[in-house]
Formats: sequence, structure tokens, C-alpha cells
Amino acid sequence: MAEQVQARGEARVLRGSRAQALDLRKRPRIGETIIQTVLFICGFISIFTTIGIVYVLGQESLRFFASEEVNLVEFFTNTVWQPVIGEFGIIPLVNSTMMVTIIALLVATPLGLAMAIYMSEYASERMRAILKPVIELLAGIPTVVYGFFALTFVTPLLRDLFGRDVVQIYNVMSAGLVVGILITPIIATLSEDALSAVPVDLRQASFGLGATKWETAINIVVPAAFSGIVAAVIIAMSRAIGETMVVALAAGASPAFTFNPFMPAETMTGHIARISGGDLSYNSIDYNSIFAIGLVLFFMTLALNIMSRAIVRRFREVYE
Amino acid sequence: MSSHPTPSERPVGQLPEGAAVQKNVAKRQFFGKLWQATLITSTLVALVVLLLLAWNIVNDAFGGIAIQEAVEIETLTGGPELDELSQAELVAILEANLRSRVLNNLNRDQPLAERDSANLIEIILLEIVKPEVVDTYKLQEYLFERERIIAELAVSHPRAELEFRSWLSSDFLFKPMSSNPVMAGVRTALLGTLWLLVLTIVISFPLGLGAAIYLEEYQNDKPFDERNPLGRIANAFILRTSGIISTNIYNLSGVPSIIYGMLGLAIFVRALEVFTSGRVFGLAADATANGRTVIAAALTMSLLVLPVVIIASQEAIKAVPSSLRQASYGLGATKWQTIWRIVLPNALPGILTGTILAISRAIGETAPLIVVGASTFIVTDPTGPFSKFTVLPIQIYNWTARPQDEFRAIAAAAIIVLLILLLSMNATAIILRNYLRSKRMV
Repeated sequence: MAEQVQARGEARVLRGSRAQALDLRKRPRIGETIIQTVLFICGFISIFTTIGIVYVLGQESLRFFASEEVNLVEFFTNTVWQPVIGEFGIIPLVNSTMMVTIIALLVATPLGLAMAIYMSEYASERMRAILKPVIELLAGIPTVVYGFFALTFVTPLLRDLFGRDVVQIYNVMSAGLVVGILITPIIATLSEDALSAVPVDLRQASFGLGATKWETAINIVVPAAFSGIVAAVIIAMSRAIGETMVVALAAGASPAFTFNPFMPAETMTGHIARISGGDLSYNSIDYNSIFAIGLVLFFMTLALNIMSRAIVRRFREVYE
Repeated sequence: MSSHPTPSERPVGQLPEGAAVQKNVAKRQFFGKLWQATLITSTLVALVVLLLLAWNIVNDAFGGIAIQEAVEIETLTGGPELDELSQAELVAILEANLRSRVLNNLNRDQPLAERDSANLIEIILLEIVKPEVVDTYKLQEYLFERERIIAELAVSHPRAELEFRSWLSSDFLFKPMSSNPVMAGVRTALLGTLWLLVLTIVISFPLGLGAAIYLEEYQNDKPFDERNPLGRIANAFILRTSGIISTNIYNLSGVPSIIYGMLGLAIFVRALEVFTSGRVFGLAADATANGRTVIAAALTMSLLVLPVVIIASQEAIKAVPSSLRQASYGLGATKWQTIWRIVLPNALPGILTGTILAISRAIGETAPLIVVGASTFIVTDPTGPFSKFTVLPIQIYNWTARPQDEFRAIAAAAIIVLLILLLSMNATAIILRNYLRSKRMV
């Protein structure tokens, strides 16, 4: 009743004496319902994407595993990936991916954390105004440019430093180093957010007890923000695992099971990129194999992302 | 035992006294300064890396080349430069120096006498003079080691001339792709990138905005009539799904981009080939048309940027103060009226900035486009959403992967083009945001 009064602009006299049970539940308008449904569909498309990814990866992987040359156990345990001779073991690819990721994390975690601590604890406003754009610039550079950098600068540098016989033209080390530079901004920004979220009172209390800035940062602030920092590292790790262009350009094109970072070894993503960049006939075993690798990749990164979110939720220290 | 016990001699819990305090504090402050220096150094590493990156690109994109001509121009013309000759003289040179078969081919396309001088000069350069790049030098070498280079050239290629070459030039921007690095340009790739950009914005912006509006405004709303049991069930379903959508979007933003490429390959390129190749609309480019077209790539990239657009738009909509909404409701507006007239105009600067930044990130993406099937060698410009295409990052990838020095040089030049494109998009985003902010209602 009341909304009708406002909409029409006329006054209505309510017959007050009549005891009417007014239904005050919201009465939806058709136009509003239509709009809401349209918008709901827009949101639902994101679910379609996830369903699509799982369905596509799953279906093609099933086709891959159903073919005679491939055996599920062999897929996860064989250390050779040579489709020409029918060997489909994913271990060399996973091993190479993990090598690149570990090298990258070894580079990025100290650098990113140092940047974060400096920016949140030590830097003046002016320094922060210079540093934040620099870090955002590093984060915004396309990965193919990093790949170019790895191939044309880092590899020759490594070859000069360690000798041309030790370091091959394509090697895992230069890819790992550059991926590390790539993910440093992620660790830096997310850790800095976590560190800034620690309330000032803790720092003030520490200063009041006579601690130096460094002691406060290391003993009070970093442990307080630890869950956020761990989450940042895990997200960066997931990003490093999914990185394609740097490894495709710098790490080589032959799957090899080796622990020597100066040798070429193709990663999961590099392999997918190389196979799909060539002439690919649908329904060939090569085509299906990239989906199987993609499925493994998807689950690895999904698990890491979920883990990072769970860590933040469970271990975040709430002070207010 | 000294009168000032050291930490190891002191009983637990007792603080240092007297002069020991000074030493203790001085030592701790010293270590604090040391660590601070380490932190600053680590931070400076970021700056150093950026500078190294920039220098590396510039070093490759500019430099010197040694050009050697198969036949010197002077011997050909007997003295004057090519552009000083008349059209008839140029034709005479061609007829005197080319084999009859080549001459017949040229005449069949268009008689020599009818071609203009510029065209004739081009043919002379291509077929007779044949300038060949025998060596390439990076900028650092060209600037600082010139004598050594000239000495080397005198031995290996005595007829070659050393000259400065900027691989990034207006020619580079407008020439199509070629297998010869000296003559290659990025026009095809640049057009492909622009087409992809426009189509991605057209697809992802409405979808992303719609999803963000839904998630922020309508999530707890009940669109169906509660008095009806069917309506109650529908409302419960929608409420349950909204939470899943939020989590889902967050997870999607962490999926590697190459997986989106595989999704696009399987769905847009293969399954929907009739649509993406344009065959269903009768617009298929030619008989070899397949699903690897711009529209398939744009759909894939839209899926890729959608989570980021949604999250950015959500933040912008969240930032609109609820007092504005309440005031609007208080005046009797419906939900959609409030959103359309109050919330969106106020959130627009943030939404546009987030969208442009998300899409500019997508321009630099290579991996999903490799999987979706951007052509590695294509000389025709994309003419519509159903044409085969290539994009700038893929061009860079191809050229970088080749061993010759000249390809590395043009890869560096193409990188500069890409970075300028990205920079201008980011600048547009910032300018747009400032402009809209100044015009805001609040």
C-alpha cells in the first residue's frame, strides 16, 4: 500500500477501522526480476568456466589414458617422456617444473620479504612513493619480455661466469632466476599488505621496551604477519608453476630427467606450449597428452591456491 | 669475575647494568643498521633489474649493421643515385640486368613501362642490388668498439659498409611480417593485437560488470515471490550459488593462463568451430578457415580477464558509500534505478581503471594464444573477427626463439612497441580515472 502511495503521488485514505491483514512481504517487480536474472547469469558464467576447465581437461585426459599406449601408473612413475617411442612418464616434466619453482622461490622469497619489510617498517613516504611504482612496473612487464631477458642476458652471463661447457644454451637455472624476478613483486606486495595490517600498538609496545627497529621487525611484526607471508609465498609458488613463456624460451625443448640446473629440461608448461604451437592433429595422442599434463597442472595450482586461502583464514592473528 | 657480568655469566632474568647497557645498546643498534643496509640493498636490486632489462632491450633494438650489396649502385647507374634517374632509365636498367624469365613475370603483373619510379627502384633494389646484412652489432659494440668492428669487417667483408640502424622505425611499424629479418615489420601483429583488444573489451566488460553488480548488490536478494513455494525454492538455490560464485572467481584468478588456452582450444576452436570460423554466418575467410580466429582468441582472453574485471569492479562498487543508496531508496527508487543512476556513475572511475588494467595485462599474454592457435607465420592483415591472426607477444616469442642476431634485434624492437602500447593503456586508465573523478556527482 505504502509503495503505491509514493509511486502514484496521490494520497490514499486508509480505512483504519477495517482490520486488514496487510501482506508486507516484498512484492517483486517483473522488470527487477528480469534484470536480476540476467545479472545472475553473468555471475554464473564464471562457474561455467570452472566446469568447462574441469570437463575439457578431464574428457581429453580420459581419452589419453584410455588409449593403449598409456598406462596410468606408468604416467606417474616413468622417468622418460618420449612420445615417439611411447614413453609417457610425467616425472621429468614435473621435476623440471619443481626445479624452476624452487630456484625461483630461493631468489624471490628473500628479495620480496626484504622489500616488504623495508617498505613497511623503514621507508619514508618519499621512498615508498618511488618504490611502489617500481615494483608495480616489474609486475606489469609481459612474461615474454622476461623470456627474452633470460635468453639474451642471463644465459650469456651465466655462461661467462661458469664456463661454456658447464652451462648449456638452454638451461633451467636462467629460467629459474628470471621466474624468481618475475614473482618477487607478488611476494613483496602481498607480504607488505600483511605487514602493514599488523597494528601499530605492537610496534610501539616493543619500542617502549627498548627494542631496535630491526628487532621489532624480526621478532614482533614478521611473526604476527606470518600467515599472510606464507600465503604470499604459496601464491607466488603457484604462479611460478604456471609460468610458461620464460621456461619455453630459456629452459629448452627436450624433456629430460636431470637434477643439474645447467642442463636443458622442459617443464610441463613449456611442453604444452611447444606441442600446441606445432601442427597438431586433433585426436592424436600428442594432443590428448597435453590435456593430461594440463590436468595435473590445474590440480597442483588449485591445491596451492586453496591452501594459501585456508592458511590465511585459520592462522591469521586478529588483534582488534 | 668482572663487576659487569656478560650475558653468559649473568643469572637469567637480570638485565645489564651501567656501562654494559651502553655496549649492549650500541651492539644492537649496529646490527640493526647492518640489517637495514641489507634491506635497502635488496630493495635496490629491483631497480637494478629493471634498469638491466631496459638496457638489454635498448642494446638489442638499436645498433649497427654491416651492409653489403651484391651489385653496387654506382656500377649499375654509372654515377647518379637511383632516385635521380628517370622512369625510362630505370626501366632500361631493369631490362639490361634481369633474366628474361623474371622480366616476363614482372611484365605480366604490370608492364614495366607503366610502373612508377618508386616501384621500379624497389624492384631494382630487391632483384639486382640485393643489399645483404652480413653482420649485426649491438648498441654497446657499435658505440664503444667501433675500431675493432671496422678492422674485422675489412678482413671478412671488405665491401661492406657499417651504418647505424634503429630496428625500431616507422617502417617497422607498417611493414608486414616477413621471413627476412631486415624487411620484417610488426604491422600484422599490431593489428591482430588491436583487434583482440577491442573484441576482448566488448565481451568481457559487460559480463564482468554484470557479475560484479550481481555479487555486490543482489547477492542477498530474493527475486522470486516468497509467497509461492516454487519461488522459495528458487530463492534458496540462488542464495546458495552466489557464495559458490564468489569463491569460484577467486580460485579462477589463480589458474595458470595456459589452462585457459586449453579451454579455449577445446571449446571455442574445436567444438564451436562453425561459429568461430564464421561459417555459420557465411563469413568464412576461405576454404581453409578453421576455428583459430580472432574471435576464438578474444573469447578465451575474456574468460582469462573476467575474474580480475569482476574483482576490480566489485571493489569499486563496494566503495560507493551506502548513504547514497539509502537516500535513493528513501526517495522511492527501485533497486535497479538506484544501481543505474547512483551506484554505477560513482563507481565508474574505479571500474574503468580496473578493467583497462586487467585487459592491458591480457595484451601481454602469450601462452593461451599459442595454444589457441595464433598463426606463427601470416602475412595478411586481419580483416574481421573471423580471420586468422597473430599478436605482438607471439611475434616476439617467434623471433626470440631464432638464433640469428637480426631476429633478436627485431624482437627487441617489437618489445619496445609492446611496452609503449602497455604504457599508453595504463596512462589512459589513469587519465580516464582522474577525469571521471573530477566529474563525479559526489
